[in-house]
Amino acid sequence: MNESLRNIWTILKRELNGYFASPVAYVFIVIFLLLNGFFTFMLGGFFELGEASLSRPFFNWHPWLYLFLVPAAGMRLWAEERRVGTLELLLTMPVTAAQAIIGKFLACWAFLALALALTFPVVGSVYYLGHPDGGAIFAGYVGSLLLAGSYLAVTVATSAITRNQVISFILSVVICFFLILAGWEPVTSLLVRWAPAGLVELVTGFSVMPHFASFQRGVIDFRDLLFFASVIVFSLFGTSVILRGLRGA
Amino acid sequence: MIDVENLIKEFGPKRAVNGVSFTIRRGEILGFLGPNGAGKSTTMRMITGFFPPTSGRVRIGGHDMAEEPIAAKKLIGYLPESAPCYSDMTVNGFLRFTAELRGMRGAQIDAAVAKVAGLCFLEGVLHQSVDTLSKGYRHRTCFAQSILHDPEVLVLDEPTDGLDPNQKHEVRQIIKRMGQTKAIIFSTHILEEVEACCSRAIIIDRGTVVANGTPAELKARAETAGSVHLRVRNVAAETLKSKLGSLPVAGRVSLQDNPDGSLSARVFPRDKSTRADLSLSVAQTATQSGWSFDELHTEEGRLDDVFRAITLPDSVKTRE
Repeated sequence: MNESLRNIWTILKRELNGYFASPVAYVFIVIFLLLNGFFTFMLGGFFELGEASLSRPFFNWHPWLYLFLVPAAGMRLWAEERRVGTLELLLTMPVTAAQAIIGKFLACWAFLALALALTFPVVGSVYYLGHPDGGAIFAGYVGSLLLAGSYLAVTVATSAITRNQVISFILSVVICFFLILAGWEPVTSLLVRWAPAGLVELVTGFSVMPHFASFQRGVIDFRDLLFFASVIVFSLFGTSVILRGLRGA
Repeated sequence: MIDVENLIKEFGPKRAVNGVSFTIRRGEILGFLGPNGAGKSTTMRMITGFFPPTSGRVRIGGHDMAEEPIAAKKLIGYLPESAPCYSDMTVNGFLRFTAELRGMRGAQIDAAVAKVAGLCFLEGVLHQSVDTLSKGYRHRTCFAQSILHDPEVLVLDEPTDGLDPNQKHEVRQIIKRMGQTKAIIFSTHILEEVEACCSRAIIIDRGTVVANGTPAELKARAETAGSVHLRVRNVAAETLKSKLGSLPVAGRVSLQDNPDGSLSARVFPRDKSTRADLSLSVAQTATQSGWSFDELHTEEGRLDDVFRAITLPDSVKTRE
């Protein structure tokens, strides 16, 4: 393994251990699974719909579920480091800021992926009850993971802005909320009435919703992958700019 | 090993460090002194690459901190001022984490952690979580982290702050021992510490270096340095003053009554060249005149006098 991968791995490991060293991880996973079940079976009307698909009853809720849960999982990543002062320790180690950012991001993303993977009983149910399209479910999971990654990248950036986790949480919820609303149908249909087509397109272009929707339909499109990848890369790059800025460069 | 050239750091309109330059060679221990807010920590943060300087250059073992930060940082062990540790880890986990970041592997890590745990008296708490530790232990944990990889350069921001006298002594011993083969810079408020272990000291005030020399050289800058102190009994003040004042090597003489009835005289040399002969002349005068005296010594000067004289703001000086 080369040196930068090793550094990323070391930081990732520490961060992931940090989640499981406290009850935070377990509380988070339990809440995530409870909410998922509640939305799918109660609000989503999984049984009433009568179709062997996870798109509407399950994945439909993820942009809203993640809106609060992902910032909650990621808010401490840098804010805590700044509050305690370990930021100084970490950044004076022979480690680049980029390695630290990526390590932390991947750790939290892996944790979210674990939580998401634990929703497997839903998949089991749908297979037990009918004959779903396996490809569509797989695409849905990929889209859901990318969605979580995008929110998380935004949260990583906002947690670098402040040493206060609450501020970091609120900021990232607001930004992620914008990422939803900009392309959420009720909002866009309102916008179409008065705004020029170009503006509507520009605003919806920022939204995660149309991109997530195509994953939900079972389509893995390169453009959608590119969209999520660019949100992640842009936010993480923003984080490195923020970190450099607060060291007074 | 450490080359600092004309460092300047500005935070907005405020200039925290203003043109600091110095060099520390292998085998040197530099004490970094200055009042609070003088720019000590900011300078150390630039040396360790945490703050990029507004202008100026830092080189560690020939590696420019701005151009080859990783190569430079590998040579440094750093103890930040607040001695931060990851509070959700055990001491052992924390030390292993830093060892891995320092590029150590497997058995190397085990050996290094065992060694510093012994040096810093951490064996008893190795498997305790950092946030359950007392301040002294946390501090030593962070100190252990800084010497874990046996670095060529040690940058320690107030390494003995918050330790009890025994721990202070231990940390000083470690610093002294490591100082024989490494380049060390540490900041402190404790002036005896500088005398006890530094080969050189720098005093910094309001962002600039105001003194740079060995502890002895700095002490010699004290006002009282080189003066001779004589304590006598049953001698009239007038005689004492006139006799001592008429010595060819003596300058000003000041007298002071002590509570026990004895009389103290402080004789300043006329100029630097007469310093060496002064104590002998005073001693001869005293014996020839038949004075009974119970104390005679040459003042070395005190580091805190020098420190105060150099770093007190002018407004305070005039008030005194």
